[in-house]
Amino acid sequence: MRLYAAVAAGGFRRYATYRTATAAGVFTNTVFGFIGAYTYIALWEQRPDLGGYDLSQALTYVWLGQALLMTCAMMGGGFEDELMERIRTGDVAIDLYRPVDLQLWWMASDLGRAGFHLLGRGIVPMALGALAFDLALPTRPTVWLAFLFSVFLGVVVSFAVRYLVALSAFWLLDGAGVGQIAFLAGLFFSGMLLPLTLFPGALGEIARALPWSSLLQVPADVFLERHTGWGLLGAFAFQAGWAAALLALGRLLQTVATRRVVVQGG
Amino acid sequence: MADDVRTAGDAASVEEERWRSPLWEGLRAYGLIVAMWMRSTMTYRASFAMTAFGNFAVTAFDFIAILMMFSHVDRLGGYSLPEVAFLYGAAGASFGLADLAMGSTDRLGRRIRDGTLDTLLVRPAPVLVQVAADRFALRRLGRITQGLLVLGYALATVDIAWTPVKVAMIPMMILSGAVIFSAVFVAGAAFQFWAQDAAEVQNSFTYGGTTLLQYPPTVFAKDLVRGVTFVVPLAFVNWLPALYVMDRDDPLGLPDWVAFLPPLVAAGFCAVAGLAWRAGLRGYRSTGS
Repeated sequence: MRLYAAVAAGGFRRYATYRTATAAGVFTNTVFGFIGAYTYIALWEQRPDLGGYDLSQALTYVWLGQALLMTCAMMGGGFEDELMERIRTGDVAIDLYRPVDLQLWWMASDLGRAGFHLLGRGIVPMALGALAFDLALPTRPTVWLAFLFSVFLGVVVSFAVRYLVALSAFWLLDGAGVGQIAFLAGLFFSGMLLPLTLFPGALGEIARALPWSSLLQVPADVFLERHTGWGLLGAFAFQAGWAAALLALGRLLQTVATRRVVVQGG
Repeated sequence: MADDVRTAGDAASVEEERWRSPLWEGLRAYGLIVAMWMRSTMTYRASFAMTAFGNFAVTAFDFIAILMMFSHVDRLGGYSLPEVAFLYGAAGASFGLADLAMGSTDRLGRRIRDGTLDTLLVRPAPVLVQVAADRFALRRLGRITQGLLVLGYALATVDIAWTPVKVAMIPMMILSGAVIFSAVFVAGAAFQFWAQDAAEVQNSFTYGGTTLLQYPPTVFAKDLVRGVTFVVPLAFVNWLPALYVMDRDDPLGLPDWVAFLPPLVAAGFCAVAGLAWRAGLRGYRSTGS
């Protein structure tokens, strides 16, 4: 356990090293936040209460999206490119030798990364958004805690999906294609482009049931206090259920992959 | 790769010394590097197919989001769906072309950081050309295709009183727009000489710019529109010429003739970006061995 804590701390520090990159990222998140906010204003001015949100909730949703974009790695990125490269070059053989669990090792490192991204890339855009627009921020500390827990579950779901993406490299060698498909799904079905509550009919129901809704839609709804009481537990159960199922699938795939793996490069 | 260029250059110097110009040499080097990367891409065909499709789909999803917005409202910022599609398609196609030609320049920061830029400096081809053609990503055709499809849909459905001038505006707008975005990429690359890790700032103006231009200018605050008109001239990519084509008033109240400025703006912006690039490259100091 201490080992994984150290790996997580390493993941945090690794991303914390690049301060200019973080500042640049915050700038970009803020620009996109402004663009999104203005389009939502145009939309909500015509249809107040669209998707069950009022204008300030919709604007909050935009800025939450920017704040969580990196944390929940909705567009991918982070460890899976590295793991895919290690599989392609054969370096993964060294990882498999180590007396640690491959999946937990990478999960710990990804949780460390997410922790840094929440602090480094999340807080400042959100604060700037709150300065420029009237946002619906929760007043009760318990809501903030519930939100943080929901984000944590979202990161685990995100990791579990990306772990499956990375393992695909055992079969395809170049996992860029699968990575891109996953990136698309993450962008669209997390609710990053448009809240999933605005998706029409069956598409909306499917989108809300898919794992990616755990990355933004569910944490945002927790933040906006649309899940309360038993509903909040239901939201957590939804996220935790997907996390467990996808992690188990990753474990299964890992077993199959390591049985068949012939390390490249002799 | 360096050998290829040198041999090709030597052969050319004997045969057609008169035809050699830096521009021609640069384009030739660009073509050679691009051809090499295309061969390399085609080694993993399944991945290429998937990434090209992904590149198409990522922007298609953007448009699907707009379609879903229009399933709830009739107008966005006073513009109908075909009008927004027109803006979207023009911005998407321009940006796609620029991204294909120059998009790799956003990797410059990484090259500076790990010291591999030095390799490019000793090769007998312009550094900008090498940086632009580096890891040439043919998959970006996906984005161009998507932009052109939406533009086609828009042109088929939008209500425009066509004149020969307005018809000529369409290719002028897309090509000038592509050049403006290319200049943004070069200026962004020049900026990375100073701030190596800040490649992402560039995304605000490239990806952020194209996202901004997909929506009508009336959606945004006037100051933001002023910024992308007078500071970073993105409004000339599609807003100003498209507003003219659609007979719409510019929210800043600029006169009609600004719609014809994109080629000039593109040329001017290229000159500025070129100077910035030159200054950046001159001031470059290697990270050392």
